[in-house]
Amino acid sequence: MLHTIVVYVENKPGVLSRVVTLFRRRAFNIDSLTVGRTEKPEVSRMTIVTDADEDQARRIVANVYKLVNVLLVDDVTHQPALLRDLALVKVSATGEKRSQILELATVFKARVLDIALDSITLELTGGEEKVDRLLELLNPFGLLEVVRTGIVAMRRGAKSPDVTTKAKRIGPVDDSAVSYSV
Amino acid sequence: MDSKKPMMTGARILWECLEREGVKTVFGYPGGAILPAYDALQHSSIRHILVRHEQGATHMADGFARATGGVGVAVATSGPGATNMVTGIATAMMDSSPIVCITGQVGSKLLGSDAFQETDITGVTLPITKHNYLVTRADEIAHAVREAMYVAKSGRPGPVLIDITKDAQQSSCEFDWEGAAPRMRGYRPDLSPAKEEYKKALELIRAAKRPVILAGHGISISGAEHEVQAFAEKTCIPVAMTLLGLGHLPASHVLNLGMMGMHGEAWVNKTIQEADLLLAFGMRFDDRVTGTLKTYAVNAKKIHVDIDPAEINKNVKVDVALVGDLRNILLELLPRVESANHTEWIEHIHSLKGETAVRDIQNLPDNGHLYAAHVINDLWHETREHETIIVTDVGQHQMWEAQYYKHEQPRSLITSGGLGTMGFALPAGVGAKVARPDADVWVVVGDGGFQMTMAELATIVQENLKVNIAIINNGYLGMVRQWQEFFYERNYEATPLLNPDFAKLAEAYGIRSIVVKHRSEVVPAVRAARAHEGPVLIDFKVEQEDTVYPMVAAGSALHDMIRRPNPLVETAEDE
Repeated sequence: MLHTIVVYVENKPGVLSRVVTLFRRRAFNIDSLTVGRTEKPEVSRMTIVTDADEDQARRIVANVYKLVNVLLVDDVTHQPALLRDLALVKVSATGEKRSQILELATVFKARVLDIALDSITLELTGGEEKVDRLLELLNPFGLLEVVRTGIVAMRRGAKSPDVTTKAKRIGPVDDSAVSYSV
Repeated sequence: MDSKKPMMTGARILWECLEREGVKTVFGYPGGAILPAYDALQHSSIRHILVRHEQGATHMADGFARATGGVGVAVATSGPGATNMVTGIATAMMDSSPIVCITGQVGSKLLGSDAFQETDITGVTLPITKHNYLVTRADEIAHAVREAMYVAKSGRPGPVLIDITKDAQQSSCEFDWEGAAPRMRGYRPDLSPAKEEYKKALELIRAAKRPVILAGHGISISGAEHEVQAFAEKTCIPVAMTLLGLGHLPASHVLNLGMMGMHGEAWVNKTIQEADLLLAFGMRFDDRVTGTLKTYAVNAKKIHVDIDPAEINKNVKVDVALVGDLRNILLELLPRVESANHTEWIEHIHSLKGETAVRDIQNLPDNGHLYAAHVINDLWHETREHETIIVTDVGQHQMWEAQYYKHEQPRSLITSGGLGTMGFALPAGVGAKVARPDADVWVVVGDGGFQMTMAELATIVQENLKVNIAIINNGYLGMVRQWQEFFYERNYEATPLLNPDFAKLAEAYGIRSIVVKHRSEVVPAVRAARAHEGPVLIDFKVEQEDTVYPMVAAGSALHDMIRRPNPLVETAEDE
């Protein structure tokens, strides 16, 4: 199944390459990977979606943790979390097709970014399935160009992981101790 | 700005930091991009050992580290100097050996331009180092060195590489030792298990009727030799050793079963297969010790003690994992485990043992042939009374050494286990001798592996090191030949070796040499080598088509072993 893993890393050159090299070297698969800045300038945040069973996911977390520049790893797959994908979709739009596309955009709450004589470009943010669904519906009109950011994830609620102090524990952020019960 | 802090070049800061970290010796080879550092070496008390190939430098640093438990340091220039280190770095990575490799790099303005002797060595070594650094400024050097030394030796040790641009070595900055102390938020070498995990482990230990301890390299890394022995004695649990675990419990100890795995003793493997509890202490269930996982110890519960959480459930699914420092964990367990005596179980193991003894090649009377097993046995007899470090290479001789040399002390065997690096022994032996000059160092090496790094003979002579070299010379790449014999219908493709005259070769370097062809000459040769002041090379011309028994074929079950023919016959003419 797909696991969504949030990785907090030190904002230093080469860290992305370390994470990606680890996935390649251990033959873990990457479905999508995003990386960006956070509220703390010294911390970057990655969201990695990976196809893995529970055992593999645990191994992935343990291996990513071993990277010296990694501050915290949070597998949010089984946690209440917000998952968002952003897509830019350029679709062929001539004549009466245009109003049908705009109708779909309204239903999906997609924003119209650009309209040309023969095309419309939409921006859609949402869960992966919602984006998939819109693309499916737009496909018959002729998709000219599609780009997706991949998933970004955040836990629900006020509780957020503390990456300011040295975290000594492995596992979900609110775990009280290292536990490998199997 | 604190005016009391001295201005120093990056090159001087490098040596100053290494000195303050306790480094007394480095193994290296100069070149353009590391020249500023070499120039600054004149101001340092650090001893530099000039190698003949950078691979040698890394193996020497590795041997140094394994002989002492400290960090070994290797130095090379950019480009080819750095890439020559790759094999040694990968070797250290696989065997969790703490080394720090320092490489010169082209000037920071030239990075990425394919300048002369430029290689992206931090990129190349990313998957084979524990961590690495590209340093482009003098004021980053102190921090990188201190952090590298800390990362290399803490937690699960491993190799760390620091790539320093030429301009970072040349330019000057304030030297701030205190300010460069490691501050690593994301690094957790000090994990410890949860209380519940201890409880579960104790329950499994209490319930076990046929328990076995699997003793690995982690024991000496953690310094847990005494605790493992105390634990085994209190619980009366027999101990099986991995290759890198040999010596961590004395071979003569009544609970020590000997080596497990592909060329382990048959009774040890059978014991593991019949066990109802495996206690893995600092070992990682490598495929060479498990055989096929489908049939591996299927009736046993498993407790895995390891400092690396990524090792848990990697190969073998375990019932309880105690993640943390082995010694600390055993200190926690020791007062809480109950005394036991598994009399029936141990008697059963002894009955398995008796069945094997009759096949032992040591029981073969002298028939005029020289067998490697006899050489190792005699070497053991002649050196056992002295502080001796045996450094082996990879292949048949390595397995015979593991089977027939009875290691009583930790760090008395140094060998490339995980990566299986041919060419390891000679340079690693140099490192071991430099680390422990009072110990007798014996490099036991095949005729194939010896020729991979024999250039380091010159290093031995130039540095005036008393290293004894025993070439187990069978004129073949013996282990590959053995696989061809068993699995490729004796098609000995590319395994016969046309060797130089090793005795003459040694003499060319000014090294004394002895040639041994008969068993009666083994002991006198070993004694002569020990008595000689300088290095000695002994060319043991052994039986050409001898075979390492027993053997678990790759992918077979651990108990499914190819055994030495019985009654014992000469293996070469046998089949």
